[in-house]
Amino acid sequence: MESVKELLVILISSSLVSNVVLSQFLGLCPFLGVSRRTGTAAGMGAAVIFVITLASAVAGVIYRYVLCPFQVEYLETIVFILVIAALVQFVEMFLKKAMPSLYEALGVYLPLITTNCAVLGVALTNVQKEYGILAGITNGFATSVGFTVAIVILAGIREKLAYNDIPRPFQGMPIVLLTAGLMAIAFCGFAGLL
Amino acid sequence: MNRAGERLLNGLVKENPTFVLMLGMCPTLAVTTSALNGLGMGLTTMAVLALSNLFISLLRRIIPDRVRIPAFIVVIATFVTVVQLLLQAYLPALNDSLGVYIPLIVVNCIILGRAESYAYHNPPVASLFDGIGMGLGFAAALTCIGGVRELLGAGELFGRGILPDAYVPIRIFGQAPGAFFVLAALVALQNFVKEKLQKAGKPNEKIGSGCSKDCMNCSDGGCTKRFYDTKGKKKEDDRQEPEDLTILNLDEEEK
Repeated sequence: MESVKELLVILISSSLVSNVVLSQFLGLCPFLGVSRRTGTAAGMGAAVIFVITLASAVAGVIYRYVLCPFQVEYLETIVFILVIAALVQFVEMFLKKAMPSLYEALGVYLPLITTNCAVLGVALTNVQKEYGILAGITNGFATSVGFTVAIVILAGIREKLAYNDIPRPFQGMPIVLLTAGLMAIAFCGFAGLL
Repeated sequence: MNRAGERLLNGLVKENPTFVLMLGMCPTLAVTTSALNGLGMGLTTMAVLALSNLFISLLRRIIPDRVRIPAFIVVIATFVTVVQLLLQAYLPALNDSLGVYIPLIVVNCIILGRAESYAYHNPPVASLFDGIGMGLGFAAALTCIGGVRELLGAGELFGRGILPDAYVPIRIFGQAPGAFFVLAALVALQNFVKEKLQKAGKPNEKIGSGCSKDCMNCSDGGCTKRFYDTKGKKKEDDRQEPEDLTILNLDEEEK
């Protein structure tokens, strides 16, 4: 079993030090696509936290109790992507039925997450780093919190950017990418934290 | 075969997945710390793309329309696993430096895009060459970006010192933020060229991208909608007209 200290280290390193978007470049599409307003960015972040935490739990259990006993670990990529796609569908159906108010808040963002490479990336990283199930869930939660922090900050900056006079070729995506680059430099500052 | 050559050229220049269609940005940013890494990733993706295009094209009459996306994903994931095992066995150094991004080729939208927009509607040989052409285009683009970052960040190219010792390397280009800056410059350049073309009155419609929009707008509804609608919900008939027609039309307009 992992000690509390170990889990704490995972929590900090996955959410801040090696931030999922700014240093690992996973989940770039929603990061750039759904960051126009802070409200929607926060909604997307909440949905990502929910799905990634759940997906890393499910993927961890499947890896340990299905793939390992049958010695078919090499099937991880195929199994994980199908499980994640199915999981998102189930989560959506379940929320719609059981928790309509939560569904109202997160519903729009859930289908967008199916194609998010961060979900698959976290599941695969958990296996590569040989995390146990609990450590895997912690890593999933921390990673998605890191995603939420990054996307909300970017959305806040973009709201301000809209009032600025930007050279024509840099309007739209380029200036957002530059902003993301500057944010990545800022996040490099967390490297000394651990 | 003329058609094969046309597909190769199309992938390399006319519809270059990175520079023109702006697809597959996650690996483009993540693994281009050096020219060699970019080349390795590009060629790995090319192998998967060519093989999955070939097989999806061979299976195109068997795969039911409603479950085509999950079927594509299974085919692609299988080839990714095969390629990953081969790399682990024969090129362990490359495998270590690319790490988790090799299994993540599965979610690269270039591959799913080509399966959906080309291989599913066209015969095997043309699809194979389409895959090779697109893959080569991707590899060339990744090598270029990796080369620029390596040159600025370390003063080297493919691991050999190129610039004189007086050059002080800008280390940041080898690290994560550099990737964003290089891509920003690239997109700005693309916008600039587009604007010039528009002034000259030339058409610059994006043609035949699987996601209908580029990667940056993916989540706004491009390819995610496809993913989603196919699974048990009401399916919109969003199939594009065969791509060759569009290209022919454009060619005529340019003449």
